[in-house]
Amino acid sequence: MKIVVCIKQVPDTNEVKLDPVTNRLIRDGVPSIINHDDKSAIEQALRIKEELNDGTTVTIVCMGPPQADVALREALAMGADEAYLLSAREFGGSDTCATAIIISTALKRIGFDLVLTGRQAIDGDTAQVGPQIAENLGVPQVSYAEEVTVNGKEVLVKRQYEDRYHMIKVQMPCLLTALQELAEPRYMHAGGIIDAYNKDITVWGFDDLKDGLNPDDIGLMGSPTRVVTSFGKMQKGAGVKYDVPAEEAVQIIIDKLEERHLI
Amino acid sequence: MDFKLSKTHLLQQELYRKFAEEEIKPLAEDMDETEEFNMDLLAKMHKYGLMGIPYSKEFGGVGGDYLSYALCMEEVSKKDGSTGITISVHTSLYCSCLDYFGTDEQKDKFLRPCIDGSATGCFGLTEPNAGSDAAGQQTQAVYDPDTDEYIINGGKVFTTNSGFADYCTVFAMTDKSQGTRGISCFVVDLHQKGVTISQNIKRMGIRAAQNCEVTYEDVRVPAFNRIGKEGQGFKIAMRALDGGRIGIAAQSVGLAQGAIDEAMAYVKERKQFGRPLSAFQTTQFKLADMQTKVDAARLLTWRAALTKDSGENYSKEAAMAKLFASDVANQVCREAVQLMGGYGYCREYPVERALRDAKITEIYEGTSEVMKMVISGAMKVNAK
Repeated sequence: MKIVVCIKQVPDTNEVKLDPVTNRLIRDGVPSIINHDDKSAIEQALRIKEELNDGTTVTIVCMGPPQADVALREALAMGADEAYLLSAREFGGSDTCATAIIISTALKRIGFDLVLTGRQAIDGDTAQVGPQIAENLGVPQVSYAEEVTVNGKEVLVKRQYEDRYHMIKVQMPCLLTALQELAEPRYMHAGGIIDAYNKDITVWGFDDLKDGLNPDDIGLMGSPTRVVTSFGKMQKGAGVKYDVPAEEAVQIIIDKLEERHLI
Repeated sequence: MDFKLSKTHLLQQELYRKFAEEEIKPLAEDMDETEEFNMDLLAKMHKYGLMGIPYSKEFGGVGGDYLSYALCMEEVSKKDGSTGITISVHTSLYCSCLDYFGTDEQKDKFLRPCIDGSATGCFGLTEPNAGSDAAGQQTQAVYDPDTDEYIINGGKVFTTNSGFADYCTVFAMTDKSQGTRGISCFVVDLHQKGVTISQNIKRMGIRAAQNCEVTYEDVRVPAFNRIGKEGQGFKIAMRALDGGRIGIAAQSVGLAQGAIDEAMAYVKERKQFGRPLSAFQTTQFKLADMQTKVDAARLLTWRAALTKDSGENYSKEAAMAKLFASDVANQVCREAVQLMGGYGYCREYPVERALRDAKITEIYEGTSEVMKMVISGAMKVNAK
């Protein structure tokens, strides 16, 4: 069985700080990491591979600039078998729709039984790329996967909603989008790092994929999304935290509401 | 000449840093208090390759170099000196004896399990009456031709890791008349009859490391377990310690850098006289001095590691790195406590532990005085 995991390299939002003078995000020197949900997808793929132990392989695909190489090396050092970097000037500026077109074109060439993606990336929060890839490939999809069990050609997925779960059976080939809770990722193995840098990562540019790609559908010009403007959120005032028994807490809340003439 | 780490080294550094932050830091204070090493942590270090970094993949190791190992020792020791020495004794003292002098059969039996994750090693050289004067060994090994075994009798002290280790390289006299040339090296299975291991010795620092007295009473080991030839033991021990010193230098750098990191965070938070401590020039200059010393110690450590990796003789470089870095660790940890004042002296702040841990780096794997003997000897100061 061939599992393909699509990952994205994102800025580590834990390390992003505000400039105290301009109140803008300081992006310089912020380390890049594998998106959390995507890393959970890698872990899930590796667990399936180890559990089946039948020659199943894990392939990692990442679209991004050449620097995304290190994210792929990290995935290899965790135990993935091979990696593809989709990187080209023509791909730059792609929105979720154009990105999904590029990735699904690559996936058709790579081949797959099971595609795993993260639910959403911490820098865009759209949760659109995974489902769009599935649509482009014409395969069934289950998003928000919290538990995954493989049984032969069938996958049983526990899908998380705000207030309930769905248990969904789906036939492979299919695509799942992983929640961070799906699988706690392992560390890289020290020896895996040495191996990762001895492996070749396949880099595909526009020319490698042009048979399946229409240049009008990709990049900034091929992207239907237009960001009109972006601005920072208004800072909320700092709250007050009371660590008191419930009855006392109720009284405090009533007092506050009365103080503001809300009740 | 290039002072930049390679991509492989950078990614390894990231792994060791993350592992230390997430797995070691939360346990360090408690391990120090209870004077016990956490066995789940040991298992995790084996699992992710931290116990077999500079050894070949052929025998189950990571296939890294000594610089990789130094990076690991620094990152781990930033959070905990005890964990640092646990890795160091296993890696650069026990495993190296086999790596340098073991036959392939011996490596398969005694090195492979220790670097592929199933067993841990220690190193028994120091005796109550043989410290810096390691040649004064009293432990004896007598060959029994009837069974093709050696019978070991004697006692070792300060055997780090012996509290939980599976194997020990034990140094014992096979021919007392030959002095240092009468010492031989044996791998002893510590679970076997005749081996007695004491409680963890009460110490000032690195309290979680399991550093015990080990006595050997009529312990029979097959002749197969002898590493190298009879009489080669002292050479094996000195070779292992040369490499070990790079690890201790890196441990010293880690302890010092960890203390700087803690002090930096503290001086930005702590306000006195209406300003954060970081706004005072005396604080700024103190930290500038501290970081400069640590960078210098790190460069000496990396030079020693790179010299070893290049296959050249590195005894002098390793001794210089350990001499300087261990001194820096003591100075810097002391200054970090000073910057943090009364809080720095409290056990709930990790600089207090770092200062206690730092002292041993000037003592074990060759004291600072022994380092000066090695360096001046290599300089041929006393040669005509």
